[in-house]
Amino acid sequence: MNMPDPSNTRSPSPSHAHIIGWGADLDPAMRPAYPKERTPPRLPHPVEPPEQQHSHAEVLHSTERPGITPIFGSTLPPSGLSGRLRRLAFRHSENDLRHWLMLLLADRVQMGEGLIEDISRGHVPNIYAEMGGRAELRHNPMGAARKVAIGVAALALVAMALKGRGRTRRRLRG
Amino acid sequence: MLAMNYRGPYRIRAVHKPEPEIEHPGDAIVRVTRSCICGSDLHLYHGLVPDTRIGSTFGHEFTGVVEEVGSAVQHLKPGDHVLVPFNIFCGSCYFCQKELYGNCHSTNPEATAVGGIFGYSHTAGGYDGGQAEYVRVPMADVGPTVIPADMDLDDAVLLTDALPTGYQAAEMGGIREGDTVVIFGAGPIGIFAAKSAWLLGAGRVIVVDHVEYRLEFVRSYAQCEVIDFKQVGDMAIHIKKMTDGLGADVCIDCVGCEAAGNFAQTLLGVKLKLQGGAATVLHWCINSVRKGGTVSIVGVYGPTFNAVPIGNAVNKGLTLRMNQASVKRHLPRLIEHIQAGRLEPRRVISHRIDLRDVADAYHIFSSKLDNCIKTVLVPPGMVRETTTAAASL
Repeated sequence: MNMPDPSNTRSPSPSHAHIIGWGADLDPAMRPAYPKERTPPRLPHPVEPPEQQHSHAEVLHSTERPGITPIFGSTLPPSGLSGRLRRLAFRHSENDLRHWLMLLLADRVQMGEGLIEDISRGHVPNIYAEMGGRAELRHNPMGAARKVAIGVAALALVAMALKGRGRTRRRLRG
Repeated sequence: MLAMNYRGPYRIRAVHKPEPEIEHPGDAIVRVTRSCICGSDLHLYHGLVPDTRIGSTFGHEFTGVVEEVGSAVQHLKPGDHVLVPFNIFCGSCYFCQKELYGNCHSTNPEATAVGGIFGYSHTAGGYDGGQAEYVRVPMADVGPTVIPADMDLDDAVLLTDALPTGYQAAEMGGIREGDTVVIFGAGPIGIFAAKSAWLLGAGRVIVVDHVEYRLEFVRSYAQCEVIDFKQVGDMAIHIKKMTDGLGADVCIDCVGCEAAGNFAQTLLGVKLKLQGGAATVLHWCINSVRKGGTVSIVGVYGPTFNAVPIGNAVNKGLTLRMNQASVKRHLPRLIEHIQAGRLEPRRVISHRIDLRDVADAYHIFSSKLDNCIKTVLVPPGMVRETTTAAASL
């Protein structure tokens, strides 16, 4: 643990001597980001600007740029109601709060669309497993039991409230 | 191929989906050998990052073997085992020319504030990530780095984000010899920021968190003082009491938008999503650092607005520095540190989980179960054992 670091020309104080590598990068020349912006970059070989990637799917782009970038991801093009919301959102710049709020709304809408899509394909999602229920049971059984207890209590309260409302209605009719 | 699949907040599953294809002459297809779950993946998992589409595959920290390359790729060949920086960058745009690879202007059409990132929503370019058996890697001559033959794969995968981000966090703090550095967050990034602060000559390193096993780990692994914020009243007063009433020289935010510790911030930013996450740690940094000090921010925040005490920052004459890490810039020096034994990043890995159990892996990491520090996902059949860095304390 107390071996000196041969690349470190500074002597650490006694209080730091046990820290392997203390001060190894005190010399700014050893720091990757010094100065913080470097031109030309230290890439291993010269790099040409990339050619334009061809688009096979709808790619939305920020209004703060003239078009899509030379490189982009194309795995999940906008679709459905959430897609419409996303297209609307991209009419506003990144400087506009509406842009981000509409995208968040689209995310929530698409969550519902995903459920419908699953069921329409005959796949009932195992939400317990998707939320890591097995890990919860294994590593936090008390927490899992607490969640189950809270869930059961909440359901019981709802059931009691509905039963109470039904009784009141019958009494009013009677 | 098998891949992680996002279905909405807190819901994911492993599914079979088509293998990626070469879409651009500069692409490579990489067969993943390791991928990590990052603390910033949890912001996606919790539904906080806009334009995270259902069906997305996360994962921006991965290593893998090159299977196929596009016609324009000259410096990478099938069979190379590479670590892939989380930034997708072109190397030639205005920002890449300044080594600001995290700000590349050529890889993210959806937003101008951030460059392309693997598996990090359409706000970061709409790319699938590495929590899968295969992944498309654009600009393959620029980003990926061949892993040195003698390097442990677990060390290599932590060079794709966690270690460089922690290092950059410390470096952006402008630490000078003997400085007192306070780091908020004892996750992997905070742990590596603490280790890096010592390399840069800090005189005192203090780490703040509220999870006891994480504090215990950082105390042992990074030789730091620790503070459990739930055990102290006001954070700024506490730090000032520890620093002769002046405040820390450097404060580093390694938490980001899901900080605990302030009910109002959590309610507004995390529960109601009325701002880009809870800015609790930004408040603590600005108010705990000394006048003329530096605040360094690598924690992830949403693009919507945040209530931040900028007036205090102005009045105190602070330097604020922040960015996504430009991983490629740091790799040569960090590889030297690992090879010289000054850094041993793989010790933060506490869990090695089969990709098929990705939902459990996320839940364990997100809920901090089983003393989890860092989780590595491996494709089916590659699980060797569960390492126990944290459990061995």
